[in-house]
Amino acid sequence: MTAVARRAPATEIGVPGSKRLVDRVLRIRELALLVILAVLVAGTEVGNHRFLSGQGVKDLLLNAAILVIVAAGQASVVITRNVDLSVGSTLGICAFAGGDYLRGGGSPLVGILIAVSLGAGLGVVNGSLVSFGRVPSLVVTLGTLYIIRGLDSIWVGSREIVAHDLPAGFVTLGHGGPFFLPYLAIIGLAVLIALAFYLRSYRGGREFYAIGSNTEAARLAGLPIRKRITAAYVLCGALAGLGGALYLARFGNVDSGTGSGYELTVVSAVVVGGVAFTGGSGSVYGAALGALLLTTINSVLPSLGVSSSWEGAIDGFLLLAAIAVDRLVALRVANVLRRRNVRHG
Amino acid sequence: MTAAAAAPAPAVALRGVSKSFGSTRALSDVSLELFAGEAHGLAGENGAGKSTLVKILSGVYRPDTGRLLLDGQPASFTGPGAARDAGVAVIYQEPTLFPDLSVAENIFMGRQPRAGVRRIDRRAMHLEGARLFERLGVALNPAAPARGLSIADQQMVEIAKALSLQARVLIMDEPTAALTPDEVKRLFAVAEALRRDGAAVLFISHRLEEVFALCQRVTTLRDGQLIASEPVAGLTPDDLIRRMVGRALDTLYPKADAPIGEVALRVDRLTREGVFTDVSFEVRRGEIVALAGLIGAGRTEVARAIFGVDRWDAGSVTLAGTPLPPGSPTRAMAAGVALVPEDRRAQGLVMDLSIERNLGLTQLRTLHRGGLMNRRRERSRAADWALRLQLKYGRLSDAVGLLSGGNQQKVVLAKWLATQPAVLIVDEPTRGIDVGTKAEVHRLLSELAGRGLAVLMISSDLPEVLGMADRVLVMREGRLVAEIARADATEESVMAAATGQAAVA
Repeated sequence: MTAVARRAPATEIGVPGSKRLVDRVLRIRELALLVILAVLVAGTEVGNHRFLSGQGVKDLLLNAAILVIVAAGQASVVITRNVDLSVGSTLGICAFAGGDYLRGGGSPLVGILIAVSLGAGLGVVNGSLVSFGRVPSLVVTLGTLYIIRGLDSIWVGSREIVAHDLPAGFVTLGHGGPFFLPYLAIIGLAVLIALAFYLRSYRGGREFYAIGSNTEAARLAGLPIRKRITAAYVLCGALAGLGGALYLARFGNVDSGTGSGYELTVVSAVVVGGVAFTGGSGSVYGAALGALLLTTINSVLPSLGVSSSWEGAIDGFLLLAAIAVDRLVALRVANVLRRRNVRHG
Repeated sequence: MTAAAAAPAPAVALRGVSKSFGSTRALSDVSLELFAGEAHGLAGENGAGKSTLVKILSGVYRPDTGRLLLDGQPASFTGPGAARDAGVAVIYQEPTLFPDLSVAENIFMGRQPRAGVRRIDRRAMHLEGARLFERLGVALNPAAPARGLSIADQQMVEIAKALSLQARVLIMDEPTAALTPDEVKRLFAVAEALRRDGAAVLFISHRLEEVFALCQRVTTLRDGQLIASEPVAGLTPDDLIRRMVGRALDTLYPKADAPIGEVALRVDRLTREGVFTDVSFEVRRGEIVALAGLIGAGRTEVARAIFGVDRWDAGSVTLAGTPLPPGSPTRAMAAGVALVPEDRRAQGLVMDLSIERNLGLTQLRTLHRGGLMNRRRERSRAADWALRLQLKYGRLSDAVGLLSGGNQQKVVLAKWLATQPAVLIVDEPTRGIDVGTKAEVHRLLSELAGRGLAVLMISSDLPEVLGMADRVLVMREGRLVAEIARADATEESVMAAATGQAAVA
């Protein structure tokens, strides 16, 4: 009886505390990214007054939109404790597929649909291999990265698509937009909000988190694990396909090398954005902030007169810093919880 | 009870079910009938097949042969989800929670209440969670994250989950191991209420008095075989133990008296904040000291700290007069400490490596010549140990994963004995291994003590503790609460200390 009498107040005191704590940590993560972003932008603005002009902001958003979309898809895979390394290849082949259709002067909407469907189809392949083959996703998607790139090379050969081939309406989509808001950013934001809502408020979305948090428990709870993991890959592939279509619209130039190495930028954005590789935590908003931060740094460097050769090194440093912060926070939280447990016995 | 048997078909029944894992026969030709409104106990030693049976009922395993009947109709569960949909809820021995999600999400995962456009209704979910906790009489916040909950609280979340399913069949696999007596009482009240409402309850516990308190029928398993299925009324605990063990207890635990030597291991005021506090004891040469207590009492953690896997915050560990530095397994090994861990599959062995390679792992330093491993010496040493411990194996180059649980445990023991330790710490040395091998492990431990080894044995198996130990140390909630001499150690005295209660007859 004494034990229970001691425990009851413990939960009363402990629970709101731990909620506040976890909330604070999560908020800090996204807040910290926002602060870094603000400091970066403000600092650059002081040195270069054109940076925050309408055109400057527009450029920034244009540059970030595609990365945000692909990173959001990647985040949903990483939340299930998997990874999709084939997004760069998928983006490339989807961009070319969309362009190949539009070259004949088709409807932009159909072109986008083709790219998205092809991406989703490749996602089905990845998802099936990972969930049925029980092979680590890192290896599977490394394989499909090369296979898709190989198929792309065979199909495309030395052909390329240039802006001149594309319908004017489609090219406008990649550059225009009301005021300083590009269409691309609007699409990115819409995708982001929809995906975040799904992951937060739908059974399927919560099951992504559950599977990443404790796969064995998810199995015992009777969750459709294979279905969900496949769904995450389909989502990721479809968004990579969408990214491909938008890439085509923005740059108007696609060949067999498009999107090479892009997967690493995407994964960096996701990790910098606080989506843990151990699964079960993080949000697509975090991933989007990570994407925005990486993009901003890359646009800031030239306007500060720093050679763009520094880009890679700085991205890498950010990645390590993000992981170090994650680890420190996790250790601190574990310590606090451990100590609190003993206080209340 | 016979009236119940004559009444409608059992809610769930197993008929002639067998299940094997590799060469190990976990269940053979077992039948079980669970009736609505009846609590059914499942008794048996560790490794008797209880958990396998539970996992068949819950859809995790499919039986090799035999049938599963739901309300008298043949059925088969394609997975845990199918069992759940058929109204079977399970509270597992080890809580299986999602640490990153909230308590309420843990309860309702996959079945969250929904509002418009099929989105999750968080408010309703939290309200429903709070209602469940009120019914269970625990003050848990449904919105809190599951990470950091104590084991007892985690178990409460599991119970709330089972409760929310409004199951027709409730299976409880040792749910009380980590609970305080008061929490056990409340759990029983809930189970009793469910049973009265017409649920069939299957209850597994090592504490026989709980089986007698809750159940109307009891089924006993031994070595995967059905021994008896009978009404509880008219049975005595001794009857049940005899059915479980199948032989007199004394022959199972042949601890021979050994001359007790000087202190080999002294632990002084050892503390790791939030895990264990102020733990002091010593183990002498030739002595087997048991560390008893409930799951989660901090016993394994103390062993890990002594061996240097985890750091300690205060206190000291002294080995034959020399202090050990904290946090260094290498130094602990060099000083003569060996730790046979609780989870041999994950921590004791490399399952994919061969027997000889596993045995050689603690010997890498003495087995190489000029930086290259001497495979021939590794093999001959392994053969030597396999003979000494009467290991049953095909070839020494077979993967350890192919051996039975008992033989795997022998490999772990041999691996550590090869380091010629002065202090041997064994954590649950016979969990999940068959009775025969269990007796061999006991004989081995006794023999080692006889040769002057100091043995610290962590065990949740009370008969083992009582049979093997020269002294019993009992931990509760991270503290050492009792030291009981062999002569005074009884199930009652140890359990009373472990649960913090005065002994109940």
